[in-house]
Amino acid sequence: METVKITINDIELRVPKGRTILEAAKMIDIQIPTLCYLNMEGFHIANQTSSCRVCLVEVVGRAALVPSCSEKVTEGMVIRTDSAKAVAARRMSVELLLSNHPKECLTCQKNLECELQSLAQRLGITDIGFEGEMMNYEIDHSSLSLVKNPNKCIMCRRCETMCNEVQTCGILSAISRGFDAYVGPAFHLDMVDTSCTFCGQCVAVCPTGALTEVNNVRDVVDALNDPSKHVVAQVAPAIRVAIGEMFDMDPGTITTGQLATSLRRLGFDGVFDTDFAADLTILEEASELVHRIKHGGRLPILTSCCPAWVRFFEHQFPDLLDVPSTCKSPQMMMGTIVKTYYAEKLNIDPKDLVVVSIMPCLAKKAEAARMEMDVDSMHNVDLVLSTREFGAMLKEAGTNFAHLPSSDFDSILGESTGAAVIFGTTGGVIEAAVRTAYEWLTGEVLKNVNFEQLRGLEGIRSATVKIGDMDLNIGIAHELGNARKLLEEIRQGKSHYHAIEIMACPGGCIGGGGQPYHHGDMEIIRKRQEAIYREDAGKTKRKSHENQEVLKLYEEYLGEPYGEMAHKLLHTKYTAKDRI
Amino acid sequence: METTKSTAMDFSKETLKALDDYIESLDDKQGLLIHILHKAQELFGYLPQDLQLYIARKLDIPAAKVFGVVSFYSFFAQEKRGKHNVSICMGTACFVQGAERVYDALRSALGVEAGGTSEDGLFTLNAVRCIGACGLAPVALIDDKVFGHLSEEKIKDIIKEYREGMQDEDQYAESAV
Repeated sequence: METVKITINDIELRVPKGRTILEAAKMIDIQIPTLCYLNMEGFHIANQTSSCRVCLVEVVGRAALVPSCSEKVTEGMVIRTDSAKAVAARRMSVELLLSNHPKECLTCQKNLECELQSLAQRLGITDIGFEGEMMNYEIDHSSLSLVKNPNKCIMCRRCETMCNEVQTCGILSAISRGFDAYVGPAFHLDMVDTSCTFCGQCVAVCPTGALTEVNNVRDVVDALNDPSKHVVAQVAPAIRVAIGEMFDMDPGTITTGQLATSLRRLGFDGVFDTDFAADLTILEEASELVHRIKHGGRLPILTSCCPAWVRFFEHQFPDLLDVPSTCKSPQMMMGTIVKTYYAEKLNIDPKDLVVVSIMPCLAKKAEAARMEMDVDSMHNVDLVLSTREFGAMLKEAGTNFAHLPSSDFDSILGESTGAAVIFGTTGGVIEAAVRTAYEWLTGEVLKNVNFEQLRGLEGIRSATVKIGDMDLNIGIAHELGNARKLLEEIRQGKSHYHAIEIMACPGGCIGGGGQPYHHGDMEIIRKRQEAIYREDAGKTKRKSHENQEVLKLYEEYLGEPYGEMAHKLLHTKYTAKDRI
Repeated sequence: METTKSTAMDFSKETLKALDDYIESLDDKQGLLIHILHKAQELFGYLPQDLQLYIARKLDIPAAKVFGVVSFYSFFAQEKRGKHNVSICMGTACFVQGAERVYDALRSALGVEAGGTSEDGLFTLNAVRCIGACGLAPVALIDDKVFGHLSEEKIKDIIKEYREGMQDEDQYAESAV
């Protein structure tokens, strides 16, 4: 590898050619503050706009300071990151940003998670030397998923990188110029009127409170305080490997048992596992796959668990609405079963039931209100909390989460298999479907349930799985830009896949827009994924069709998988939408 | 509103076809967005949202990107413009020489604020920064003609003459320095 010799703060070192000053400094543990810069290593995602000027350093012999995040090292370069000139310039950059930033940290949703706030703290800024006009934009509360407050925007463009380059949705752009410039959709539209998928990846990377989730904690607390309501909770698979991070537990710590206990202590009347509904989803989805294969139906079949992905194809590929599975997502299947089967069993009027979901996802908030999902004009799910919101609720209650005793989820919607927990990661849904489809198509027992070839974090993966004498071609994509490539193949009639799994977020739900902030440390996502597979491996049952409570649900209530009742309750339809 | 609707444009088919033909003639369509917007403004006079959306879909690029470019460059107009563009210079030199009084006279003569178009569709009023003709201060542009040493009366007369179709502007027009 070609290297160059440079000097940073009197330390000589050799650095691979092409590295930035920031990367070189990191090699010898020299800290340079950054703000707009974001490098999601291993995911090929980087934001290097050099817009904030917080990482300025001095290069000897140059009149102007340079942004270290984008300036590449050259032979013989002599750099000072700690000179009085560089330190003063960086401080001024932060002060200028703060001069046009609301000073409402105490009540900001990003309090203690804000990168501008921690930067101000790190630089010891107690006094802002500049005063002037402040931005005064309307706050966009239009959607059920996210809130956009341009007044807190520092124009780092991380959200644009996620929306335009990674997800290829192109909702956000810099609008207007100079002091009037802000980031928003075309024609000053409200977010809800755009083809935003509400994946929440803009929220996941926003350094400040300019993009946050719609906070539903107060609504949940109100429901819990209402004695006339029977409030049940369901927890998605990806929560159990991530929420511990909010309580100083190592990333990848499995907290399934603590989750059940914590929900019960908060006063939920039923504490259920979305994993149960994931197993139910597999019975429906594998049936649909087998049906399409046996009856010459439309192939490939696409998974439909991810609501951001659903909105994506409705807006971007409205000509392909017959390709995705018609299965509702596990969250919505759980809601439906609670408001029908469970309500009947306990003799509760569905109107008195409040279904609360804890989800790693912001699109789930919008999904819950989709009219296409309603049964008897009633929403299946009433309130959705992100992992972060639920963590905040536990903190408010003073829950010592890390040291809670474990407990099981409640019967009759609490049992789950290993196939369900892997729904939380890219590759998991399709692996779970294959485990069941294999046994159904061949009539044989599947001995090794680990389909390693479907696992990993590459953006697009493909594998061929031998099922009897059939070669099942499987495609997997996470991030919507990768999904788009597989969709284009289908549109052009070039797709050779039988089944494709899509998840919108990097890594799947483990990297969802509602998860604890990773602040660019993608090692966290890898550890969450490892934990998901660890949880799966530790389960005694690892195939969805072995879930006894699910089988009982069919026996007592639904009848056959993919049958008439299942169709009415567990399947949905899609609506073509415009792209804007 | 769940589904966004694109309202039908009431532009003539011929003009739209001229734009389509222009876009078709380009090799790097997505890379030449600014050229396409210039052409569209030349053909339609301005760039309403429907037209921006039309171009975005034609080029298969996000509407936000098109809007970002259109809103960035002051050359691009998103509102229908009058037949004549009246730009009054509010730069320092003109301001000191009484541009504000001329501007007030223009506003009352045209019945609009800056950015607006007079009811008869003849004039769009703009207040602009220094146009580099300080020797003629206070100065205004009507389309590409320069009018210098203006007073309230003088500008009212010019507007009046434009209105009456007596466009013998040469007696007032002076070349820019």
